[in-house]
Amino acid sequence: MSMTGHVDPAMLVPEIVLALAAVAALLLGGWTPRRRQWTVRLCVVAALLGALAAALTAWARSEDMVTGGFAVDAGTHAVRVTVLVGVLVAVLLAGDSFSGHPRESESYVLLLLGALGTVALAGASDLLVLAAAYLLASIPLYALTGLTRDSGGTEGALKFYLLGAMLGILLLTGTALLLGAGGATDYATLAGALPDAPRALVAAGTVAVLAGLLFKAGGVPGHFWVPDVTEGAPAPVAAFVTTVPKIGALVALYRLGNEVLTRAPLDWPLLCALLAAASMTLGNLGAFFQTDARRLLAYSAISQVGYLLMAVAAVGGTAGLARPGLLFYLAAYAVTNLGAFAVVCSLPATRSLEQYTGLFHRRPWSALSLVVCLLGLVGTPPTAVFVGKLTVFTAALDAGLVWLVVLAAVNTVVSLFYYLRWVFPLFRARPTTSGEGAITGLARRTSTGVAVTLAAVSLAMGVLAGPLLGVL
Amino acid sequence: MLSVAVFLPLLAGLVLLAVPRPRDGLVAWTWVCVAALDLFLVLVLWARYPAAVGPGQDAVGGFAFETHVRWIPSVGAGYHIGVDGLSLPLLAMTAVLFLACAVHSLRQRRRTRAHAVLFLFLQTVSLGVFSALDLLLFFVFFDLSIVGMYFVIAGWGHGRPARSALQFFLYTFLGSLALLLGFIGLYLAADPHTFDIVELTGRPPLEDGGPVAGLVLLAIALGLAIKTPTVPFHTWLPPAHTDAPAAGSAILAGVLLKMGTYGFVRVAMPILPGAWREYAMVFVVVGVVSVLYGALVALAQTDFKRMVAYTSVNHMGYILLGLGAAGLATADEARAAALAVTGSVTQMVSHGLLTGALFLLAGALHDRGGTYRMASYGGLAGTMPLLAALTSLAAFGSLGLPGLSGFIAEFQIFTGSLSFVPVPTAVAFLGILLTAALFLRALQQLFTGDLRIPEHARTGDLTARELVAIAPLTALSVAIGLFPRFLLDPIEPAARALVALVVR
Repeated sequence: MSMTGHVDPAMLVPEIVLALAAVAALLLGGWTPRRRQWTVRLCVVAALLGALAAALTAWARSEDMVTGGFAVDAGTHAVRVTVLVGVLVAVLLAGDSFSGHPRESESYVLLLLGALGTVALAGASDLLVLAAAYLLASIPLYALTGLTRDSGGTEGALKFYLLGAMLGILLLTGTALLLGAGGATDYATLAGALPDAPRALVAAGTVAVLAGLLFKAGGVPGHFWVPDVTEGAPAPVAAFVTTVPKIGALVALYRLGNEVLTRAPLDWPLLCALLAAASMTLGNLGAFFQTDARRLLAYSAISQVGYLLMAVAAVGGTAGLARPGLLFYLAAYAVTNLGAFAVVCSLPATRSLEQYTGLFHRRPWSALSLVVCLLGLVGTPPTAVFVGKLTVFTAALDAGLVWLVVLAAVNTVVSLFYYLRWVFPLFRARPTTSGEGAITGLARRTSTGVAVTLAAVSLAMGVLAGPLLGVL
Repeated sequence: MLSVAVFLPLLAGLVLLAVPRPRDGLVAWTWVCVAALDLFLVLVLWARYPAAVGPGQDAVGGFAFETHVRWIPSVGAGYHIGVDGLSLPLLAMTAVLFLACAVHSLRQRRRTRAHAVLFLFLQTVSLGVFSALDLLLFFVFFDLSIVGMYFVIAGWGHGRPARSALQFFLYTFLGSLALLLGFIGLYLAADPHTFDIVELTGRPPLEDGGPVAGLVLLAIALGLAIKTPTVPFHTWLPPAHTDAPAAGSAILAGVLLKMGTYGFVRVAMPILPGAWREYAMVFVVVGVVSVLYGALVALAQTDFKRMVAYTSVNHMGYILLGLGAAGLATADEARAAALAVTGSVTQMVSHGLLTGALFLLAGALHDRGGTYRMASYGGLAGTMPLLAALTSLAAFGSLGLPGLSGFIAEFQIFTGSLSFVPVPTAVAFLGILLTAALFLRALQQLFTGDLRIPEHARTGDLTARELVAIAPLTALSVAIGLFPRFLLDPIEPAARALVALVVR
C-alpha cells in the first residue's frame, strides 16, 4: 500500500468505535441520573465488545497496510485485541468500585481514550503520530489518577503529570532531532536515511524518543511514577495504568527497532538490553521488602518491563521469535497482572500483605486466583507468562544476549521471594489480632468474578499457547 | 492409557475440590482408592510393556505407549509422553510411594482436603516428569513439583515451615531455571529447532562436545544437581526435610530427588553424549564427594530425620558415580558401563522405597514421642517390636546388606565403575562403611538398652494403618533383593541402549 494514499476508514473500525464510544459515554453520562449510571457502563461494555469483534474480523482478514502514519499488521491486531480486553476488564473493575460515584461515566470516557492512545502508540509508523498517540495515551490517565481527589491520588497524579510532561517534551525533541537527521518523520523514509546521518544526532534523537516510550512503559529510567500512582490511584485505575499503556509502548519500541534502526549507526540491541537489565533488577530490588500489596505490584510491573524489553533487544535474532514472543508475553502479562489487581479490587479494605492472612479459608476462589496470578507473574508453568518468558528468553539467547538471559533467570528467582511473601499468608491460619476486619469486609462480586476468570484465562493461554503463538 | 495414569490423580483432586464440604473420611478414602487405582494402571502398563515395545527394544527410542500432540508448534514443543525401561520402574516406584503416603495419611486431620489434593497434584506431576518425552513438558512438570512441595512444607510442616519452604522453593527454582536455560540452549542448537527428547536423542545437536556443549551441559547439570541434590548444592535439603511432614519428606526424598538423577539418564547423557564423555570425571568426583560428605555429616547428626536426610545425599552420590563412570567407557567396555547404569537406575528405585519407609517411620516415631532427637529414646524394641523390625529392615536395606534392594543397586554400580575409575570407586566404598556405622548407631540408640521415652509419649506400636503403609515398601525392597529379575528385565536393555549412545 502506498504511504501517502487515501486512508481507508474500514481499516480503523476498532479505533473509530473506541473514539465514538468515548464521546457517546460522555454525552450519555451527562443525561443519566447518578444511580442509573450502570446504563452507561452497559453501553461502554457493548461498544467494547463491538470493537473487539471488529478487531478480530480485521485480524482474520489479516491484510498488512500502512496509511497515514499508521500501520495495521499482526502487531497492531494483537495489541488491539489485548488492549480491548484490558480496558474491558478495567471498565468492569471500575464499575464495581465506582458504582454511584459522581465521576463514574467520566472515568469510562478517560479509560476509553487512554486505550485509544495505547492502540495508536502501537500502530504508529510515523514519529509525529507517535507523539500524538503519546499525548492521547497519557493525559486521560493523569486525570484518572487524581479522580478521587484524596491526598494519595493527588500526589500520584502530580508526579505522573510532571514526569509525563517532561519526558513527553523529550519525545518531541527526539522527534525533531531525528527529523533533522533523516529529513522525514515516517519510519520507512527514516530507515533509509538514518544510516548515512550523523551518528551523534541519531543517537541523541533515538535516546530521547526512547525516554518518552519508557515513561509509558513504566521502565527504568522513566519509572518513578509507577509506585506512587499505583498506590495513590483508585485500584481499577492502578490496574489499567500499570498494565495497558505498556502494551502500546513496548510494541512501539519494537517497531522502532525493527523498522527504523536496523541499519542505523547505533547499537540499539545493546541499549535495550542494558535498559532491560536495569529495569528488571531495580524493579525487583524495589519490590523486595514492600508491605503494601499495590506497591509490590507496582515494582513487579517495573521488573516485568525488563523481561519485555528483552524481546525488543532481541530484534537481531534469526529464529523469528522476538515479535511473537513480545506480543504473547504482553497479552499474558496483561491478563495475569489484571487478574492480580482484580483480587486487590475485590477486597477494597485490604492493603497490606499482612491483611491477606487467612484469605484462603474465607475466600478460597479469590485466594487461588491470586496464587495463580502471582505464580504466573513469576513465570511458573503452565501459566501464560511462562510461555511468554520462554519465547522471549529463547529469542534473546538466539540474538546472542546470553548474559541478559542469565541475569533474567536470576532475577526471576529473586522475584519469587517477594511474590511468595504475599502467597504465604493466604494459607496461614486465621489471624486472631490485627487484620481481622479487612477480609471480613464485603467483597466486590464482579471483581472476584473477573479475578477468577482472568486466572483461568491465564492458565488456558499457557496450555493452549500453540495456536495463539502461531497467529502472532 | 499412559495419559490416564498420569492425569487421573489430578482429575480426582479437582473433583474433590469441586465437592462442597466433603467429610474428612470420604476425602481420605477417595485419595487411597485413586492412588491404588493409579498403581494398578501403572502395573498394567508394566505388564503390557514387553509386548508394546516389540522385539527391537535394544534400539534407541524403544518407547511404548507414546502420545504425541502438538502443543506449542512455533517453538517445537509438544505434549509427548511415553515410557521405556528407564522410566517404567520409576513410575511404578512413584505410584507405590504415593499409595503408601495416602494410607499413612488416613488419619491426617489438618485441612484434609487441601492435603489430599496437593498430594494428588504432586502425583500427577511426578508421573509426568518420568514419562515426559519433551524437554518443555519435562520442565513444566519439574517446576510444578516445586510449587506442590512448597505448599506441603509450608502448610503442614513443623518447626519453622515457612522459612524452610521458602528456602526450598528459592533454591530449587533457581536450579530449574538453570535447567530451562540449558533446554533453550539445546533447542537453539538443534536443527530444526525442537524440544522433543526423542528427536534430540536421535540427532544430538551438540554431539561433538566443544565449549557450547560444555556450557549447555553445565546449565543442565547445575539444575539437576540442585534437585538431586549433590554436594555442594545440598544445603536446601536438611531444613526442608526436618520441617516437612512425614508424608511430604517421603515424597520429597523418594520421588522428587529422583527427578534430578532421572534427568541425567533421560536428558544429559543421551542428548549431550560428547560433553558427558568430556566431563564424566567431574561427575564421578562430585558423586564420590557426595557419598563421603553425605555419610560423614549424617554420622554427626543427633536428629533421626536429619540423619536420614543426609543419607539421601550419600545415596544420590552412588548414582552419579555410576553414571559418570559410564561416560568414561569405550565401546569395548560397554557391558561394564551398562552394568553401572543399570545399578544407578536400580538405586533410584531402591532409595525411593527405603527412604520413603524411613521417613514414614520417622513420622511414626515423632507421632509417639514428639521429637526426632535420638537421645530422647532408647530400648524401644521391647515395647514397639514392629517399629523396631521395620526400621531395622529399612536401615539394613539402605546400608546395602545383601538380600535387600540396596545391595543389588550398589553392587552393580561398584562392579560397573571399578574398571573405569578404580580409585574413586574404592574411595566411595568407604561410604558404605560409614552408612553402616551410622545406621547401626541409630538402631542401637533407639531400640536397645533400657527403655527411655520422652514424657507424655505414647508407647503403642505401629498401628495397622502405619503397618499397611510402610511394610509393603520394605517388602518390595526384600523382593528386589531376592528376585531382582523382574526389575532388571526392563532396565537392562534400556541401559544398554543408553550406553551405546554415550560411549565413543
